[in-house]
Amino acid sequence: MTIADVQDVLKCRIICGEEYLDREVHSACGADMMSDVLAFVKDQAVLLTGLCNPQVIRTAEMMDIICIIFIRGKKPDEDMINLAKERGIVLMATGHRMFSACGMLYSSGLRGGAS
Amino acid sequence: MGEGIVLKYNVPGDDFTRAGEASGAVKSQLKQMQLSPDVVRRVAIAMYEGEINMVIHAEGGTIEVCITPEYIDMVLKDKGPGIPDVEKAMQAGYSTAPDNVRNLGFGAGMGLPNMKKYTDEMKVETTLGVGTTVTMRIYI
Ligand SMILES: Nc1ncnc2c1ncn2[C@@H]1O[C@H](COP(=O)(O)OP(=O)(O)OP(=O)(O)O)[C@@H](O)[C@H]1O
Ligand SMILES: [Mg+2]
Repeated sequence: MTIADVQDVLKCRIICGEEYLDREVHSACGADMMSDVLAFVKDQAVLLTGLCNPQVIRTAEMMDIICIIFIRGKKPDEDMINLAKERGIVLMATGHRMFSACGMLYSSGLRGGAS
Repeated sequence: MGEGIVLKYNVPGDDFTRAGEASGAVKSQLKQMQLSPDVVRRVAIAMYEGEINMVIHAEGGTIEVCITPEYIDMVLKDKGPGIPDVEKAMQAGYSTAPDNVRNLGFGAGMGLPNMKKYTDEMKVETTLGVGTTVTMRIYI
């Protein structure tokens, strides 16, 4: 599926990166601990998180994650948005909670990727 | 440090929001040099883990990266408290990070083992009350 499909499934509000919505994504991960993302994520392109600080963007940058979805309506600040823009990372927000958001994406065909 | 391109960074210890700037800059540089995505990613992850450690455990420090045609060296030096038991610190899950660090998304005790996993060589030199130097090499 594409990032646009992800947006549709979770009824996301796009914060930045509209120009990249047609990018293909095959797997995702959900985590509030960036330590875990750095240690366990392999090639997941989408990160769902309830954490909202600049290190979320940095972590995505290092891991080649191309789309971050903030759950429960978390709002990134100006600095975070600018950093994401610089790195070509899509930021979106959904009102769904972590469990529901992950389940909805899984039902739509996204997978957890290699473990 | 052998011959090659040398990049130096100062990592401020009092600004968590800026942690990762150095690693991000190095990642961009390596990408620009068209090194393999696997090498770029391994360098980025190992260096970022080390950079975060310097900020959350050691009040910042300096990073020197040396890029040669055969390998990339990273030397992360801090004047923090040092590590009392390196062997223990290297174990997955061991962390002394306080709750406020955990609330920022770190402190699972996965950083040092992850650095070891993604690098070809890694050395931790540390003296209590003086500081820690982590040296890592990744072959291209
Ligand atoms: N530069 C450093 N100076 C002092 N102590 C350090 C340093 N780096 C690591 N340590 C110590 O080693 C422990 C383990 O480090 P490690 O990076 O593996 O885990 P962490 O930083 O606690 O959590 P995570 O990396 O998963 O976010 C730390 O909790 C800390 O006690
Ligand atoms: Mg760490």
